Amino acid sequence: MIAAAAAPLLAVTGLGKQFGGFVALDGIDLEIAEGERLGLIGPNGSGKSTLVNCLCGTLRHDRGEIRFAGRRLDGVPAHQRTRRGLARSFQLPRPFGTMSLVDNLRIPLLYAANARPGMHLGDAAIEQHCLALLGAVGLADRARRRPRELTQVEMRKLELARAVASGPRLLFADEAMAGLSTAEVEEILAVLLRLNESGITIVLIEHIMRAVMSFSTRLVVLVAGRKIADGMPQEVMRNPEVERAYLGE
Amino acid sequence: MSSARFWLASLAITAILLVLTRWQIENGYFYFAAYVVLQSVVLATAWNILGGYTGYINFGVGAFFAFGAYSSVVLHKLTTVPLPVMIAAGGLVSGLLGFLMGCLTLRLKGVFFAIATLALAIVAQTLIVNWAFVGGSRGIYIIRPQHAPLAGGYVQYLYSLMLVLSWLSIAIARTIERSHLGLGLAAIRDDEQAAEASGVPTLRLRLLATTLSGALMGMAGAPFPYYVTYLDPTSSFSLAYAVNAVAMPLIGGMTSWIGPVIGALLLGTVQQVATVTISSALNLLIVGLLLIAFVIIAPNGIVGLFARRRVRRR
Repeated sequence: MIAAAAAPLLAVTGLGKQFGGFVALDGIDLEIAEGERLGLIGPNGSGKSTLVNCLCGTLRHDRGEIRFAGRRLDGVPAHQRTRRGLARSFQLPRPFGTMSLVDNLRIPLLYAANARPGMHLGDAAIEQHCLALLGAVGLADRARRRPRELTQVEMRKLELARAVASGPRLLFADEAMAGLSTAEVEEILAVLLRLNESGITIVLIEHIMRAVMSFSTRLVVLVAGRKIADGMPQEVMRNPEVERAYLGE
Repeated sequence: MSSARFWLASLAITAILLVLTRWQIENGYFYFAAYVVLQSVVLATAWNILGGYTGYINFGVGAFFAFGAYSSVVLHKLTTVPLPVMIAAGGLVSGLLGFLMGCLTLRLKGVFFAIATLALAIVAQTLIVNWAFVGGSRGIYIIRPQHAPLAGGYVQYLYSLMLVLSWLSIAIARTIERSHLGLGLAAIRDDEQAAEASGVPTLRLRLLATTLSGALMGMAGAPFPYYVTYLDPTSSFSLAYAVNAVAMPLIGGMTSWIGPVIGALLLGTVQQVATVTISSALNLLIVGLLLIAFVIIAPNGIVGLFARRRVRRR
């Protein structure tokens, strides 16, 4: 007897998005399984961030369907998607500048994790959870500081910790390593691998190919709003269409 | 201090202040001037719930204040309900206006939101100007009841009510600031997109802030017809209310409940003293000069200035 394949965590069918006459996403089909480490790559302007914005609810898509954990997401506001288990980190860190690091994490814990049925963490438990999350990304000693006192790599870690504080099943790490040194890229990779081991499915949107290749178990390539390749990283990189997109004719 | 303790402690202080002033001060002008200063405390605190906590600048203060005042005029003409009921009704009407403003401006941010609130005030004023029942552009005279419900004159009674309203608005503002709601509003102020991505229902919280802020402004406006005894659209919708309500939290500090209180007490008192000693026309000039000074010396207001010194000492 053949076992039925597990339903994908995220299923995107024919997703389309236009800005005036410019087609940003053109019929994207994508399935992501629970626990996967997916690399999403493509040249600048290929639609990676637009795709993340449509999936997370920041932008409204024009066509197609998004299903997360079997439920349709079309028309669901961004904060509800976060509560359902879709989290993201931003390309440029967007911390809550007037708050301490602990309070930065308190927000998603209060408004996303605690808003789920059966989750009622008290103030003390939330505080402990914030400190534990900051400890997990190496920011425990900065817990009472403001984000402006952090270095670039620490800011990226805070961004990831805040996304994780919402208790996601799927995390979009949007260029979480941009502008970092080699050693710092390794630090972020280690954090992402630990998060994946803890059960979080991760989509890594990145330009640093070394990081993408070492992290991803599957690679998806977007070019001009279209998906041109989807498969094992080494195979995808040998794809002539991908080579053309990256190296030219 | 927990919120419950703060409510009780501040209520006790308000009661002591009320008894002490009513017992010790006989000068009628004190009550006349103190009413205006306390009205500023309510307006500045109310404005700060939306402007300071949430980061949405509201220039339509005059509309909320005037709707509170005109709801009292309507009730005065139609019923014989006591003033505290009129204050509650004023809060309800202006709260509803705040909710409507929130719904109409859901997609507006920054300067566009501020301009929309200004436009709302103009639309609201036009409605009142064309409503003959409340006096239209001619305005309307309100005759105060001959006897005040409490001992003393009617202005003393109005002062007492405004003192209680100040307590109520301060207690509400502080409770919001220290609550999960306050944290959510602060997240919206810092970065609305990041707040939404963190699970904060930004539209719902914004609506709550516009409604609450509007309701408190309406409550401040409700006793106004009895204070001035003649109400007209020009004075009740005056832009000066908005200028003061913005300037006071800016001077005191916008991120804490105490900031607008300090700003209102400081600026309100200086304005009253200037009115008596120099000229009432100088009021807005004083506001402007103080604003320039504070933007240069203490951009985070007096509270921010002290907080910075405390950090430096550490």
